Formats: sequence, C-alpha cells, structure tokens
Amino acid sequence: MTEILQPQSPGIPLPVPTLYSQPYWDGCKVGEPRYQRCRDCGAITMDPAPACSGCFSTNLDWEVSTGQGEVYSWTTVWRPQTPAFTVPYVAVIVTLDEGFWLLANLINCPVDAVHVGMRVKTVFVELSEEITLPYFEPAE
Amino acid sequence: MGGGRVAGRVRGRLDIEAVARHPFHDVAIVGIANSDQARMLDGHDSTTITFQAVHRVLADTGLGPSDIDGVAAGPFSGPLTYYMRNGPSWRSHMVPSIPIILDAASAIATGQCHTVLVAHGSAGVYTERTSTAPWTRPANEFVVAYGMFTAAEFALIAQRHMHMHGTIPEHLATVAATIRNNGHAHPDAVYHGRGPFTPDDILASRMVADPFHLLDCAMTSEGACALILTTRERARDLPTKPVYILGGASDSFGPSYQHPPAWDLAGPSGRINGYAGRWAAQKSFAMAELGPTDVDVCEFYDPFSFEIIRQFEAYGFCGEGEGGEFIMGGRIGPGGQFPVTTDGGTMSFSHGGAAVQQLQRVFRGVEQLRGACATSQVPGAQVAMCSNGGAGALFTDVMLLGTETP
Repeated sequence: MTEILQPQSPGIPLPVPTLYSQPYWDGCKVGEPRYQRCRDCGAITMDPAPACSGCFSTNLDWEVSTGQGEVYSWTTVWRPQTPAFTVPYVAVIVTLDEGFWLLANLINCPVDAVHVGMRVKTVFVELSEEITLPYFEPAE
Repeated sequence: MGGGRVAGRVRGRLDIEAVARHPFHDVAIVGIANSDQARMLDGHDSTTITFQAVHRVLADTGLGPSDIDGVAAGPFSGPLTYYMRNGPSWRSHMVPSIPIILDAASAIATGQCHTVLVAHGSAGVYTERTSTAPWTRPANEFVVAYGMFTAAEFALIAQRHMHMHGTIPEHLATVAATIRNNGHAHPDAVYHGRGPFTPDDILASRMVADPFHLLDCAMTSEGACALILTTRERARDLPTKPVYILGGASDSFGPSYQHPPAWDLAGPSGRINGYAGRWAAQKSFAMAELGPTDVDVCEFYDPFSFEIIRQFEAYGFCGEGEGGEFIMGGRIGPGGQFPVTTDGGTMSFSHGGAAVQQLQRVFRGVEQLRGACATSQVPGAQVAMCSNGGAGALFTDVMLLGTETP
C-alpha cells in the first residue's frame, strides 16, 4: 500500500515570528492564509517582508489568499534533516492563485503522487500554542 | 579614469571592456596548499587545521609571515594576524570563498596591500551525525518547520529543470560518476579508491531528496585550504609559476536557505535565479577577453550533480535546457572537451564545511594551470574557470584563471 504523507509530530523546530511576520502567523491560527500587498504599486510580497519586493515601499497591507494553487516544484525527502522529522516528507514550492510562491510540506497525499502542476490547497495544523503551521494537500 | 573608460560608458557596454588592462590582471596567485583532508581529523580543530594549511602555503611560496601584509581568512583572520605578528595588515571581512579572493585581489590592485594570505578550515564542527551537517540547516521561520536542508533546497531547483526540459536522472548520475571517478583516482581525496563508479552505481544508491541519490550529493569531511596572492611584479621573484586572475564576479539573489529556492525567482530585470552565475560569467569573460570555448578546465562547484548541468547552461557553454545532453558522451570527463571538477570536488575530494571547499575549487584551478596535478591533469591547460555556490543557495560566484593575461 502506498504511504500517505502525514503532518510532522510536535517536537520539530518551530518558526520564531518577527515584528513584520507576526500577522502572517496570527492568520494561520485563525485559518487565514495571509499575504502582503503593496498599497503603492499593488505588487504582492511573500514571504512576509519589511518592504515591497516590487517597489521597496514599506506601505504594505495584509490580504487573505484563497490558499489554492499548484505545485511549482517538489522533492520527496528520505533522509531527515534531524531525527525530529519523520520520513518520507515532501517539500513543495506552490504557486498560489494570487501569484506568489510559498514553501511548505505536502500531506494527505500518496507519497508517489506529487507532480509539477498538481492542484493543492492550504490546510492548517496546530503544533503549539503559538504556531499553527500551513501545509498543502491535494485540492481534489 | 582614462578616456577609454568614459567611451565605454557612452557606448552603454560594460565599461570594463574599454579598460586597457583590467586591475585584476596585475594580481597573481603564487601559493596554494591543502591541509590533510579526512572524514574526521583526530587531534585537530578548525584553527589548528587552518594553521597547517597556512604553514604549507608559506612553504609553497618560500615566503614568511612578515612578507604577508593582508589576511583574508574569515574567523581566522584575527588569530592569524595576531599569531603571525604581521600587523598592521589589511584584513577582509568576507566569507573565505571566491568573493574573498576577488576582495584580496582588489585590495592588492588598489595598493592597500601587496601580499594576501587567504585561508579557511573546518574540523570538529559536525558531530551530531544523525542530523545533516549544521551548515546545511536553515533556521528561518518560513523553512525551519518543513525539514529543509541543502539537498532538499537544491532538489527543488533540479526538479523544476527536469520538468521544463526533460533532464533525466541518468544525466545527473553521469555527472556524479565523472566527478567521483576523479576523486577515486586522486591520492589525497577523502574518497580515494572508493570507485570506479558507473552512472548505474549512482542511481542504485539510496534516495536522499528526489532526484538526488546519496551519490549525487556532496559528502562531509574536515580540512583546510590556503592561497597566497601578490602583485605581478613580486610574483616574478618567487619560485612558483604565477597564475593570473583574468576575471571574476558574483551573482546573488538573496540569502541562502531562507526563502523558496525558485528557479524563476527574478526582479524587473528578468534575470532568473535558475541561471545565477550567468551575468557574473559574462562580466568575467569580458574582463578576460575570452569566451566559454577558451576554457581548458572547468573547476565547477559540485554540491549536487545537477548543479554542473545548470552551470554549463548558465555560463553559455550550451543552450538553455541542453545541459543534460551536453554533459554526456565523455565531454566532461578526462580527455573530454570540458573536464570538470578534476580532483573529485565536494563529492569525493573534500567538503570541510561552510567555506573551505569553495577555496579548493580555486586551489585546483591553479594546480591545473601549474601543470602540477598528480591525477587528471589537463595537458597544457592555460585557462581555468572556477565557481562557488549554486541556485539552491541563491548565489553563484565565478572566477577565471590564466597562465597569461590579455
């Protein structure tokens, strides 16, 4: 039987939010995949940043993504970064429908099913009181 | 500034093309040394192994500590200057890899100093063997929880290329077998005598991060490397054959291992991360008044097999998407048109840590142009191209070395 990819268990290293990324992680806790858009030029900036990657303005706003997109690239990892991670796990770069990239792990999917162009959607997994982690899962 | 330089700007081209003689061409690499290299070096830490390489590079050139008036050795710059008692001396604050060599060459060419010691080493740093090496693991908040490390970062680059261009695992395995066989033959390589390898051997090794099998990846080891640069004039009085810096530059797209390593990452220039190194190579070739077909030996950085394929495309040796087929048929092996990473590189020669193995690409380029390689010597080699980094790390540094200057 083909293995179905699972979220990681508590004990993995967790993100430490910064002043300008905190709204992103706050969004994850309430099920909102947030991203930044520039009030001056309209460009999207992601990962959360202190300045717009289109015009370097600091006049940024938060918007909520549909959380849907397609796999841009992927790798199935069989040698864990540290023993805290359970293999196999799949790292994907996803192009969200709004047009930005996000790196995360793919779950709820057979390990050999991932491919470029695969439709996926965001799913949130609570890992601690502070951190709820976005993952992707197949959209259909 | 001379009139020619102004005219170059008016034409809107790289102004370096209009300079009669590029400042780098007045700088020569006159000393090279590797310390002992091994999976683990008993009785050494990073400082002592670096000092071993420094003693050897001084012996290579016949220079003493008091002849050195610049030090470029990352965390060892301070200790080396203090213990050599060669202060007051110029010091670089960069990471010891190709950019620090270019920094040293710039300092010499602008008269800030005349003879620079470049060094780096690593031992006793990687001790938790159930985890990947500490320098491979990012701590950034957007990747830390997803189990990312260098193999996975570079795999995301390779998979995108395979999707776009039909590059296949056999292409990657051919690169890995070629480089590992160079190390197999090299008596000083950490993995000396471990081969020979066929592409099938690479494909039969266990998967680490798809498409990279274990033998597609750099290994980890310990060791140090040191170089000495000086002026063209001073080089004439030294016993070693000078090797000149013909050109060099760097392409960076941001910090390594913190953001998604996307092939297509770009700004308004349209210049993409997937071809990091292309623009540095163009500048370097312009400085050298050379092109890819003039390169006799390709001492390319080999953190993962695919990176060699990517670099042949990035630097203009072949067209975009053609790299997989380009490296086949013996082209990059001994006796081929573009022999690559002839000491075995990070896959087989050594991979000491965050920087030392990057200096070793330049060590090997110089050794090739001296005609001094015990194995895999390219007969009559006059031009070497050396590189560091890779698209999975969002940067590539390039350097051209020559036995003569334009």
